[in-house]
Amino acid sequence: MALLDVEDLKVSLRTSRGMAQAVRGVSFQLERGDTMGLIGESGSGKSITALSLLGLLPEGAKVEGHIRLDGRELVGRPEAELCKIRGNRIAFVFQEPMTALNPVHTIGRQVAEPMTIHRCITHGAARAEVIRLLDRVGLPDASKRVDAYPHQLSGGQRQRVTIAMALACGPDILIADEPTTALDVTIQNQILDLIGELVAESGMALILISHDLGVIAENAARMMVMYGGSVVESGPTAEVFRHMGHPYSQGLFAARPKLGAPRGEQLKTIPGTVPELADLPTGCPFSDRCGLVIDACRTTPPPAMPVGPDHVARCIRLDVALANMAVAR
Amino acid sequence: MMTASLLTLDNVVRHYRLPRENFTQAPGVVRAVEGVSLTINAGRSLGVVGESGSGKSTLARLAMALEPPTSGRVLIDGKDINVMSREELRRARRDFQMVFQDPYGSLDPRQTVARVVAEPLAVLGETSAAEQRKQVAEMLDSVGLRAADMDKYPHEFSGGQRQRIAIARALLTRPKLIVADEPVSALDVSVQAQVLNLLNDLQVRFGVTYLFISHDLAVVDHVCDEVAVMYRGRVVEQGPAQALFQEAAHPYTRALLEAVPKPVPRQRERRAVPPPQVQLGTNTGCAFADRCHHAQPRCRAETPALRPVRENHLAACHFAEQVMAEAPPTEINA
Repeated sequence: MALLDVEDLKVSLRTSRGMAQAVRGVSFQLERGDTMGLIGESGSGKSITALSLLGLLPEGAKVEGHIRLDGRELVGRPEAELCKIRGNRIAFVFQEPMTALNPVHTIGRQVAEPMTIHRCITHGAARAEVIRLLDRVGLPDASKRVDAYPHQLSGGQRQRVTIAMALACGPDILIADEPTTALDVTIQNQILDLIGELVAESGMALILISHDLGVIAENAARMMVMYGGSVVESGPTAEVFRHMGHPYSQGLFAARPKLGAPRGEQLKTIPGTVPELADLPTGCPFSDRCGLVIDACRTTPPPAMPVGPDHVARCIRLDVALANMAVAR
Repeated sequence: MMTASLLTLDNVVRHYRLPRENFTQAPGVVRAVEGVSLTINAGRSLGVVGESGSGKSTLARLAMALEPPTSGRVLIDGKDINVMSREELRRARRDFQMVFQDPYGSLDPRQTVARVVAEPLAVLGETSAAEQRKQVAEMLDSVGLRAADMDKYPHEFSGGQRQRIAIARALLTRPKLIVADEPVSALDVSVQAQVLNLLNDLQVRFGVTYLFISHDLAVVDHVCDEVAVMYRGRVVEQGPAQALFQEAAHPYTRALLEAVPKPVPRQRERRAVPPPQVQLGTNTGCAFADRCHHAQPRCRAETPALRPVRENHLAACHFAEQVMAEAPPTEINA
């Protein structure tokens, strides 16, 4: 039995234009020690997928499908029961360490909070554990800084504190949603290294969400590329980078500006923009922006086609896409 | 053709005074920009890279005369923009315009695109409303939007389209210099590529020169001919983009290059750069010494000057030659 088993997850959100499907049938499994990268642009549904695992969706959202944690269904569970899982078995590290921390409480108090809630221990008793955690996440001088307020720390240090908070109850799954987007590149590395170490050390599973192919390549063993609420390509990271199958993954890869490219070279762009959820085409979500589109793409959502071992892409023009990629290299 | 210097920063310093915390002590000072001298020649776009707090955005604001320097001079086309009268500055501003980072915050939501884009012309007050509309229509077309979009409001556009509107506004007076502060960092990867191509294209078509501020080295490399790397208010390395990235002479530049995540799946083995220490009041020695692998006692005692290490390539490191002799930083294009 998998630690986390997500099966055909569908999420609809209430928007000003009626219900819009933000996640359209996502399935994946996670075991302890797995690291999975989730990549996509804004509006691709990657954050909504992550939030739905915790039941943190906006008001009026409708969830279908299954989310099973150790075989127990989470979809449709009452809020009180989800509260017992949040921060306890599944923990979250958010993008903005500035807003994820409460400015009027000391960091020690905030790191202790999950323990006082889930483990029924007092703040005083939790203090030693908090200091150990802060020390573990690399906050210098943890025993003194435990009484500091968030504004007294730098951005990187604040992100370390939110990681300590997430680790407080020794979760089985850590979800990090763009944990380094707000940080400088040199700090980004330290935070990603820290998360990597902690995952390896405690054997939890990691879901790492990012828009940066580089971050995913270096930090996740498996990856899923999301577009328009669907997983358009998934597989072991090394495989996906070796044979990038889906035209969207290829476009994302080609659109990155590369260091050392000749001056004046045009970047290969994906035409158009990410469509709004309500405007997504009925067939393949990428069909309106795809260079290989044929009529069949627009009628039905494409099935998952095998690319390599454990590696699938949802594209009926996969053979052409792969051939193009081989030529481009 | 003689290369005229378009923008010159002459030993520019900008300090910000902090609020006084104690009666007996002098208020603290943030040394945002500590003596930067840079020259941009027409047609040679300059990129400024650095971490947050390195002073790169302050530099952009100084170049735009949005705030005065504590000392030093800012010259545009040879004229000091900080001694001009308000009226003169307003006229001069047609030659230098700015594109901001956040396309959601930099466009007035209550004005139509036509008004937003025409504003630089309207302020100059030399053209009729009909003429302004005509120019706006042409400019929207140049940046890849439809002229028919003119009477819509900013909220009707996506992030990438909004940044195009901001670029159209900056271009409308046909400026010689555009100061762009992180113009693509709020955009998605696929849209970022479109805007970068547009910026390159406009450089060719309108002959604009950019002062391009970014934290992303690859983005800067794509748009700029020259690059300056800033660290704690100082330029630590400067030179042609190609040379600078291939033969980085300052350990900080190398650290930045190595820190860029590369789209190559593999086990990471990086030399971690120690986190920056708290900015102290002391002003001697190399600011990067605490994080540097090459640091020697000399680095803490003596501030390295920005000196030539190759033709057109400057670095502020006592050991620049040794650093350059090392293997080139890992290539990003795999």
